Amino acid sequence: MELQRSMVDGSVCMKDSAKSEISSERTLYPYVTGTSIIGMKYKDGVILASDTAGSYGSTLRYKSVERIKQVGDHTLIGASGEISDFQEIMRYLDELILYDKMWDDGNSLGPKEVHNYLNRIMYNRRNKFNPLWNSLVLGGVKKGQKYLGTVNMIGTHYEDDHLATGFGNHLARPILRSEWREDLTFEEAVKLIEKCLLVLLYRDRSSINKFQIAKITDEGTTIFPPYALKTFWGFSHFQNPSKGAAGTW
Amino acid sequence: MSSIGTGYDLSVTTFSPDGRVFQIEYAAKAVDNSGTVIGIKCKDGIVLGVEKLISSKMMLAGSNRRIHSVHRHSGLAVAGLAADGRQIVARAKSEATNYEKTYGEPIPVKELADRVASYVHLCTLYWWLRPFGCGVILGGYDRDGPQLYMVEPSGISYRYFGAAMGKGRQAAKTEIEKLKLSEMTCREGVIEVAKIIYGVHDEAKDKAFELELSWVCDESNRQHQKVPDDLLNEARTAAKAALEEMDAD
Repeated sequence: MELQRSMVDGSVCMKDSAKSEISSERTLYPYVTGTSIIGMKYKDGVILASDTAGSYGSTLRYKSVERIKQVGDHTLIGASGEISDFQEIMRYLDELILYDKMWDDGNSLGPKEVHNYLNRIMYNRRNKFNPLWNSLVLGGVKKGQKYLGTVNMIGTHYEDDHLATGFGNHLARPILRSEWREDLTFEEAVKLIEKCLLVLLYRDRSSINKFQIAKITDEGTTIFPPYALKTFWGFSHFQNPSKGAAGTW
Repeated sequence: MSSIGTGYDLSVTTFSPDGRVFQIEYAAKAVDNSGTVIGIKCKDGIVLGVEKLISSKMMLAGSNRRIHSVHRHSGLAVAGLAADGRQIVARAKSEATNYEKTYGEPIPVKELADRVASYVHLCTLYWWLRPFGCGVILGGYDRDGPQLYMVEPSGISYRYFGAAMGKGRQAAKTEIEKLKLSEMTCREGVIEVAKIIYGVHDEAKDKAFELELSWVCDESNRQHQKVPDDLLNEARTAAKAALEEMDAD
C-alpha cells in the first residue's frame, strides 16, 4: 500500500497492488494565497511586480513570500493564488528546464514555450476538476522578442503588452491602459508600476507594503530585493473618524 | 590472448570451468573496439574527452553526442555501442532526478556511480537480458569536490583520477600517468586531453574523427557543459601542433 501522485493530474491516491486506486483528493479551495501580479513590457524587456504577502484567508500570515521566480534563461513567472500549487508548478518547470539544459544543443525553452506548457497543464487539470489554483503571469525575452502572457486555473490564456491578475485587473490595468507606452525606459516603467502597486496597497486588503520588482531583458534576469513604498494617510476624511458618531471608535 | 569459450559462452548466466563469464568479456571487447574515451580529475574539476570516429562524411558535425549531461553537476562519456550507452544515460538521468525529488539535493556523484553500476550489473544476471556493450566514464562535482568514476560492462565501478577506455586506452593511460593532475586546472587539462586524444588516434586504421570535450569545474560554475568553443579551438590547435612536433622528430 503506498501513496502515489500522478504528474498528469496531480491526484494523490493510495495504490494497493491487489486493488486499484482507493481514494483520490482534489483541490477544493485555496488556503495560503498571494494577491495580484502586475506585468508590463517596456523598451528593453519585461517587468513583473508583486507584493510578498501570503494570506491565510483574511489573515496576512506570511510576509516574505517570493511570488516571482526565474524559469530558465529567458522567462520570469509570477503567481497569484494558492502558494503551494505555485511551488508545485515551479517543481514541474525546474524539471522541464533541467531536461532542456541537458540536451546542451544551443536551444533553450523560451517564454512562449513555457506559457504553452503551463496552459496545457492548467487546462487538463481543470478538466479533471482538480485545478492548480493559480493565476500566472509569464514574461520573457528571447532573441530580442518580448513576450508577456497569462494563464489561470481554468485554462484561459492570452498575451498583451501589460497584464495583471486578481485585483490588479480592476485597479492596475486601467492605469496601464491610459499611461503605458511601448518605449518606456526602465526608470519610467518602475514609476508606472509603483503607481499601480500603491493603488493596490491602498485598496486591496490582502496586500502589504513590501514589494518585489523583477525585470528580464536579452542580457538576463534580475529579481530586486523587496522594498516598501511611501504611503500617505493624512487625508482630511481620515482625521477624527469618530467626530460624527459619538461612542464609536 | 583471447580464448574460445566453446559452449560456456552462450549465456551470461553460465560460468566457465575456470570461473569466467565469457559473455561479459565479449561485451568488454565491444568497448575495446570503440573510439577512445578519456576522463581526468584536475584540481578544480573534471574533463571528459571522446575520440568520436566519423563513419560517414555526410554526418553533421556536432551530431551523435557521446558525452551527455546527467544532471546539472555531472556528465557521462560513453564508449562502445552508442545505443546501449543512451539507455544507460537515460537511466542515470532518471536516477538523478528521482534522488533530487526525494532528498532535495543533487545526487552525490558516488551515489550516482553506484546506481549506474548496479543497473549495468543487473543486465549481467539474467539470461533474457544481454550485458551492455558499453562502458561509461562519469564525472561530477558535488559537495565533496570533483569526482571521476568508470563503470565497465561487468558492472564494476571504481573511482579514478584518470581513466581511459576504447581503442587507445593503453597509450592514453600511459600519457595520463605522466600528467601532474593535482596541480593542473581544468583549463590546462582540456588542452592535455585534446593532445592525448590526437596522439592516440590511429591515422592508418581510422580516417576521420571529431573531438568532443566537456568539463565540470569551478570555471563552469560547477555545471557540466561542453567546453566553450574558443577553448575547444585552442585545444585543437595545440593538439595538432604537438602532433606535428612529434612527427618532426
